[in-house]
Amino acid sequence: MASLARHGALYPGRTSSPPGRSHIVTQPDTPDELEPSVRRIISRWGHDPGALVQVLREVQEECGYLPGPALTLVARLLRIPFSRAKGVASFYSFLSDEPLGAYRVLFSDNITDRMAGSEPLLQAMCYRLWAEPGKVSADGLVSVARTSCTGMCDQGPALLVNGRAITSLTSERVERLCDLILARTPVAEWPAEFFAVHDNVRRADILLGHTQQPGDAIRAALQRGAAGWSEHAANERSWREAYVGAAQGPIATLEEIKRSNLRGRGGAGFTTGIKWEACRQATGLTRYVVCNADEGEPGTFKDRVLLTSHADLVFDGMTVAAYAIGASLGFLYLRGEYRYLLEPLEATLQRRRAANLLGNGICGQPGFDFDIRIHVGAGSYVCGEESALIESLEGKRGVPRNRPPYPVTNGYKQQPTIVNNVETLCAAALIAVRGGDWYRSLGTLKSSGTKILSVAGDVARPGLYEYPFGVTLRQVLEDCGAADTQAIQISGPSGVCVDATEFGRRIAFEDLPTAGAFTVFDASRDMFDVARNYAQFFAHESCGFCTPCRVGTSMLVASMDKIHAGNGTQHDVGEIDRLNKVLLMSAHCGLGHTACNPILDTLKRFRPAYERKLRSLDFAPAFDLDGALHRARKMTGRDDADAHLEAQP
Amino acid sequence: MNARPSFLLDGDEVPFEPGQTVMQAALAAGRYIPHLCYHPEFTPHGSCKLCTARINGRLMAACTTPAETATEVASETEELNDLRRTLVQMLFAEGNHFCPSCEKSGNCVLQALGYDLGVMTAGFRHFFPDRPVDATHPEILLDFNRCILCELCVRAAREVDGKHVFSLAGRGLGKHLIVNAESGRLADTDVKVTDKAVEVCPVGVILRKRVGFATPIGARRYDKSPISAQALADAPRPLERNRE
Repeated sequence: MASLARHGALYPGRTSSPPGRSHIVTQPDTPDELEPSVRRIISRWGHDPGALVQVLREVQEECGYLPGPALTLVARLLRIPFSRAKGVASFYSFLSDEPLGAYRVLFSDNITDRMAGSEPLLQAMCYRLWAEPGKVSADGLVSVARTSCTGMCDQGPALLVNGRAITSLTSERVERLCDLILARTPVAEWPAEFFAVHDNVRRADILLGHTQQPGDAIRAALQRGAAGWSEHAANERSWREAYVGAAQGPIATLEEIKRSNLRGRGGAGFTTGIKWEACRQATGLTRYVVCNADEGEPGTFKDRVLLTSHADLVFDGMTVAAYAIGASLGFLYLRGEYRYLLEPLEATLQRRRAANLLGNGICGQPGFDFDIRIHVGAGSYVCGEESALIESLEGKRGVPRNRPPYPVTNGYKQQPTIVNNVETLCAAALIAVRGGDWYRSLGTLKSSGTKILSVAGDVARPGLYEYPFGVTLRQVLEDCGAADTQAIQISGPSGVCVDATEFGRRIAFEDLPTAGAFTVFDASRDMFDVARNYAQFFAHESCGFCTPCRVGTSMLVASMDKIHAGNGTQHDVGEIDRLNKVLLMSAHCGLGHTACNPILDTLKRFRPAYERKLRSLDFAPAFDLDGALHRARKMTGRDDADAHLEAQP
Repeated sequence: MNARPSFLLDGDEVPFEPGQTVMQAALAAGRYIPHLCYHPEFTPHGSCKLCTARINGRLMAACTTPAETATEVASETEELNDLRRTLVQMLFAEGNHFCPSCEKSGNCVLQALGYDLGVMTAGFRHFFPDRPVDATHPEILLDFNRCILCELCVRAAREVDGKHVFSLAGRGLGKHLIVNAESGRLADTDVKVTDKAVEVCPVGVILRKRVGFATPIGARRYDKSPISAQALADAPRPLERNRE
């Protein structure tokens, strides 16, 4: 009864026995039982090793986890080495090669969730279900753990149960969840109101307030070429472009995008028209359009709303892009946290195929062939980096590639590929209809158009706020009902943290570029805790490819933990500085380069929050003699005075 | 033949052939840039970041950056050697490296780099990870404690042996080397003691059994000359061959 002792130690004073130990819910299937479902999944994916991530995700949905025999079978049927299947399965945090509970509960662990009280709720659930965070309960019924931001910051605390999002958690809701789990009610039969996710659009402008019908953007793009000779679509351009003017349609559209000066909404702000043109001009056998909906930056959730309520606009934008660059296949890379959107999105695609907005000869244009596939991610922030995203699309570990070459010349399957943010493609669909000059007339000189902000944290009205570029932070704070604001984290952990002296700054590429996250902290918040949460996030999401990021992000967490535990000194702050420098100088990709931003920013602006926690020594050991006995105390279920070392004088 | 393209490395002209990386050209020209995960026989991938250099002012991995004319490369600078020392310290802190009792001591690239770069202290608190060894194979021992995740064995197996004996699993600090068997045991793979992958480990992870300490400590590879000299002695010299 080792598990009983463990529970007893965890919760001294509890006397009842753990619930339902006689009911073992999950039992690892034998290879023979697995085989039919694995075979069915793999044949649906055409025995394509490139679909490995999708195959593994679906096998896990059927089997509960990915047991060794299932991985062996997948590897054999896809004709890949076992180690590759294992390597991919262990890379993505939603995939597991170890048994999980029949109910897998993942609490979103963004700072906004913590501020809204996610930790006590997690503890309460663990207490009720006899589970320990990060472990499977002894009866195999449930595993409760934390996961990176699930994109529900406007209605947190949130969690995922078997991949389904549940938001607006309260003690009462958690109690009811526990009841359902203990009653072993299948998640599919849970009351629908549990799964309600609200859009919370608070301020709509040209994008969130658009009135375009499905296909409007495509028809407008085709129309634009009609002035010239547009009989032939981009897909066939390889030989037809020999004819003067044959590609006027696609080129006219590309010109509008260029004229609009639209810049990427994922944060980096690369000019979309230039990216499209580079891809169009690159030599290749074919071209691809990828919509990056791997919205992993903690604090942002705009793509969730765009894909929920404006999916046709997203797909219109992708189709317009395909027309402009000459692509016949596109991918929507949907983050695993938004798995619940897969069925509605597939239905939208099906409707568009029926309406001739996808497929062969789109809108009656001969040769304009384009279709879209959805690739569901499996829990990896770094896959938001475009080359890592492409690796993942190819069924590999999501490790960023060496660049150059860039995806516009060597992307998916080494062919020219554009990867655009969801919001960028929506804007492209608007521009296709209303033109580049119209778009450019909005916003600022270097930042045309509007930006959707995902506002969350200490505000009265969290949700989406769309503004023309150039809006001041103060204006946003006023509109969302923020009071006594201490700081704002712009664009998530990889962005910048600004304090009250900077609220006159503007959202624009000239001043504060952003991917959309706008997380507000009032004066009651400890900015050290914020930075520590973000440091943990980066360590959790590092792909582990390069030394500085793999080791450095974990060392940053160790230093922050040491300070948090009250053992920090100036020496530790110095070590943080040193690690920051190494990450900035040598990390392989943006994740590593920005991993130190939250700490650097808060150190600069809120140094007292750190210094309050430091001991006034030059050095204090990280090793805590009494702390080392913690495990022994837990094992023996003791926590009395005699189980502690005497306090050091 | 003055038309041969070249770039500047720490102020000196280094010729290169089109297609070469900065690292390849430098080594061929008898110039050393510290490196760990680079090996002349395999595709470079740039994960250890030790060869980070300032190339036209930008920090890039020399092993993956193509050589181009009119570029200035700075490598032997205090700033970069400082970075390299820190990276070596980080690798030492990540695994369990006990040089005095390690069979690889004296033949170990990580140790040799530490000496050559002048790493004098541990620098960071060590992680002391729990990494069980795999002694299942009759001829080969795997001691994962020393793994620095350079992927040389992964690349050697794939590119030279035509097998997939070694691979990577996990991510972040949990990234680790695995073997191509459901059991996770090396004995259940098709590895051969003669494989390139077995020979190439720069640290003491992949060891042949029953030959330990055949060469006494003190008479080993990096006991004779520092790694900066050894690397140059080993480097392929296509340019010189062409000249002959």
